[in-house]
Formats: sequence, structure tokens, C-alpha cells
Amino acid sequence: MTNSSTNPPEENGANGGVRPGHYYSYGVPYLPIDNYPGKLIAVEGTDGVGRSTQIALLREWLEVQGYGVIETGWTRSELMSPTIDLAKSSNTLNKLTFVLLYATDFADRLEKEIIPALKAGFIVLSDRYIFTALARAGVRGVDRAWIRNLYGFAIAPHLVFYLKIDEKTLIRRVLQSRGMDYWESGMDLKIGDDIYESFRGYQRALLKEYTSMADEFGFRVLDARRKVEVIQDELRRQIAAFLAESESSAPLAAKVE
Amino acid sequence: MEGIDGSGKTTQLALLAKWLKAAGHPVFMTEWNSSALVKAATKTGKKKNALTPMTFSLLHATDFADRLLYNVIPPLKAGMIVLADRYTYTAFARDAARGVDRRWVRELYSFAVKPDLAVYFRVPIDVSVDRLLARRVKLKFYEAGLDMGWSSNAVESFRIFQGKVLDEYDRIVEEYGLSVVHAVGSITDQQRLFRRLVSQHLEIEHHDELVDESA
Repeated sequence: MTNSSTNPPEENGANGGVRPGHYYSYGVPYLPIDNYPGKLIAVEGTDGVGRSTQIALLREWLEVQGYGVIETGWTRSELMSPTIDLAKSSNTLNKLTFVLLYATDFADRLEKEIIPALKAGFIVLSDRYIFTALARAGVRGVDRAWIRNLYGFAIAPHLVFYLKIDEKTLIRRVLQSRGMDYWESGMDLKIGDDIYESFRGYQRALLKEYTSMADEFGFRVLDARRKVEVIQDELRRQIAAFLAESESSAPLAAKVE
Repeated sequence: MEGIDGSGKTTQLALLAKWLKAAGHPVFMTEWNSSALVKAATKTGKKKNALTPMTFSLLHATDFADRLLYNVIPPLKAGMIVLADRYTYTAFARDAARGVDRRWVRELYSFAVKPDLAVYFRVPIDVSVDRLLARRVKLKFYEAGLDMGWSSNAVESFRIFQGKVLDEYDRIVEEYGLSVVHAVGSITDQQRLFRRLVSQHLEIEHHDELVDESA
């Protein structure tokens, strides 16, 4: 009952032509990661698509089956959180420092959380991944080749789920949940003084960036306007199929002596 | 202005600035890793010795980007001479010595303004160590490369780490055509050579302008 036939096979050049579980480009030369047993699963999407709800449910489901699970998020590193908060509140960020602060934060989590977890055989559920940074930078006109090189130290996830919604739904959900803030409204882009128009323009541009990355990085696109349970079932089906396939091809399995 | 700790470059740069100012040139100084933006994170990271080679590299790039946009480009636009105590080459040398990919760090800094003149003060490791120890400078954790775990002795670790940094600088001198000052002669001799390099450059610029006007 798997629908693996509809999924992009891992060899089809998705992930920017990089094999899942490997570095996109130059990587972290002093941390070779070949053949680590863990799996990296990213759940991407804009605000208000229910990423954290889906991740919490996935974690529960995976742990019940006996998988070790670790969650990681965007801008949560101990090293950088205070600096990013400070920079955001003082509005002194320009697009380049904005991008670099987030990349530093990600590097910290990659080396201290993600890589050790993959080495130890955990399933890492990432609430947003580098695509969030690529989308935000893209909207701000940062050079595409430069930002892709910058994140060349990242690991290509085994699976990337993109929870997709349309502009109208997105706007309503953000307004309902936590409202607009300066950065999420793209006010730094100085589109105009009308925060709603700025917010709408920014979110629309973000959606466009995500769409343009879908093929490049092999996103599995899910319609996030459906019910939570329906999306969760779909996620579980795809993850179960992936895990079954990778376990059947694993060279060694733990045996009871 | 490039060189490892104890190469005497800060002394030389201060003397150069005096001379330029006395000659009526507007001068703007900017120093490596000095922006307020990343100070908190660098401090936290250094205090806890929590920086990895990658986060060390990226924090310095963030600092550089911040200073480039506030302390380098505006004074250049205003027609000032910007004196940078360390520039991108410091990152190329240090980050590579820590095992970060050379190509990655070069591409990372591709947003930088190419300097009109880059001078490297080359000093043997023994001279550098002697100068630092004579001044009773306490070797700092990251400057001594103690984060790499090559030696727990600060002086020994400094020698190993800065030795690798010197090797990287040699590579960079070739790659980017840096002007080299052998930083072992007297302070005055070095300064004279330094001024000659700078004045040649200023003259060349002046000459170009004349050619352009006559064309």
C-alpha cells in the first residue's frame, strides 16, 4: 500500500544532484559523514502551515515504532539566539548580515545537534531547513549562486516535505495565529509603509521562491489546506515507505545472539 | 594589512596613518572582528570555547559584512583612504588552517571589495612568539589555536597553529599578489618600505587619472 511510485526516486537528480545524507558541496571537511545510520527529514513551508503540529505527531508515531527521534528548528541555537533577537529588535540588520547570522546559527546546530544525531542513528526531524534561508534570501535579492555555495556545508536531507498553501490561506492563518511582525512582513525590504501590503507582497514572493526550489531540491509537495489527520497520514505513508526501503538495503541489522 | 599576531602590523599601520593624515589624506581605520553586531555571540562563544571552525568562520564573515557596509564602503564613497587592520585574507588563512574548505571560504567572501593594495607583513614564527612573550601577552585561546587540540601548551599550540596560518598566507600571497614586507628589520626600515609601497600606489592612481583626462 505504499505509493512510492509517485515519489521522486533518490537517483533522479533531486537535492541539487546530491545524494541524500551527503553534503551539498564542500561540506565540513573535518567532519566526514559517510554512511552514518541516521536519517534527516525536513518539513518545510511558510508560517501557518502546521509544521510543528505535524512534526509532533510524526515524532510520537516514530517513537512508538521504536525509532529514536530528535527535533531541530530554525534559529534555536544557544550560540546565536540572543544575537539574532538583538539584531532583529534593533533593525540594524542588512540582508547580508541577516543571511550570515542565520547561516552561523545553522552551522552551530548542524555540528552540535544534527551530525551527532545522524551518527548515533536517530531520525532527525527538522522544522524548516536551509530552504527557509534560501527563500528569504531569494526574496531579498541575494545572489543565488553565492547563497547556494554558502549553504554548501549543509547535508542533503533524505526527505524534504513541503507543506504548501496558497497566498490567501497563508495570510489568514498568520493573522489568526500571531499576527504580522516587522521581519515576517518584509518591512526591511521597504516595499511601502502599508504593513499589510508589504506583508502580502512578501509572503507572495516567498511562496514563489519555495515553488522554484521544489524541482531543484526534490521537494515532496503536500497540500497543507487539508485536515491535519489527512496530511499526517500522507506523511506517514511516505516516511514508512522510505524507511522500509532503506532498512531492506541496510547491510547490517542488530541481531539477538 | 595582513600578518599574524606579533608581526608588528598594528604598529606599522598606526605609523602609516600618521603619515597619511599629516600629508592631508582623509583616513578611515577599520579593525578585524570589531562590529557591535556579533560581539555578543563571539564573546559567548569564546568564553564557553563553544566555537567550531565553521561557526568561527561564519561569525567573522558576519562581522566583516557588517563592517564592509558601514565602515568600508561609505568612507570609500566619500573618497577616504580606508586602512583595514586585517582583511579577507585573514579569514582565508585562519579558516583554512582550521580545516575549513579553502574554496568555500573564498567564495563566502566574494561580496568583499577588492583592496587597491594588500600588504602582508611576513614574520618567522620564532620572531612572532618572542615579540608576544616579551610583551607578556597572554596568548588567547583561539589565537593560539587551542580549540584544535593539537597541544595543551599555549605557546606550543600557537607555534603549530600560526605555522599553518603562515603556510596559508604563502599560498595567498601567490594567489592574490599581496605585497610582502619582511617584518624582521627595524621598525623604521619597515615603515619606509611600507610608505614607499603606498605612495607608489597613490602615484599610479594619480597618473591614471591624468591619462584618463587627456584621453
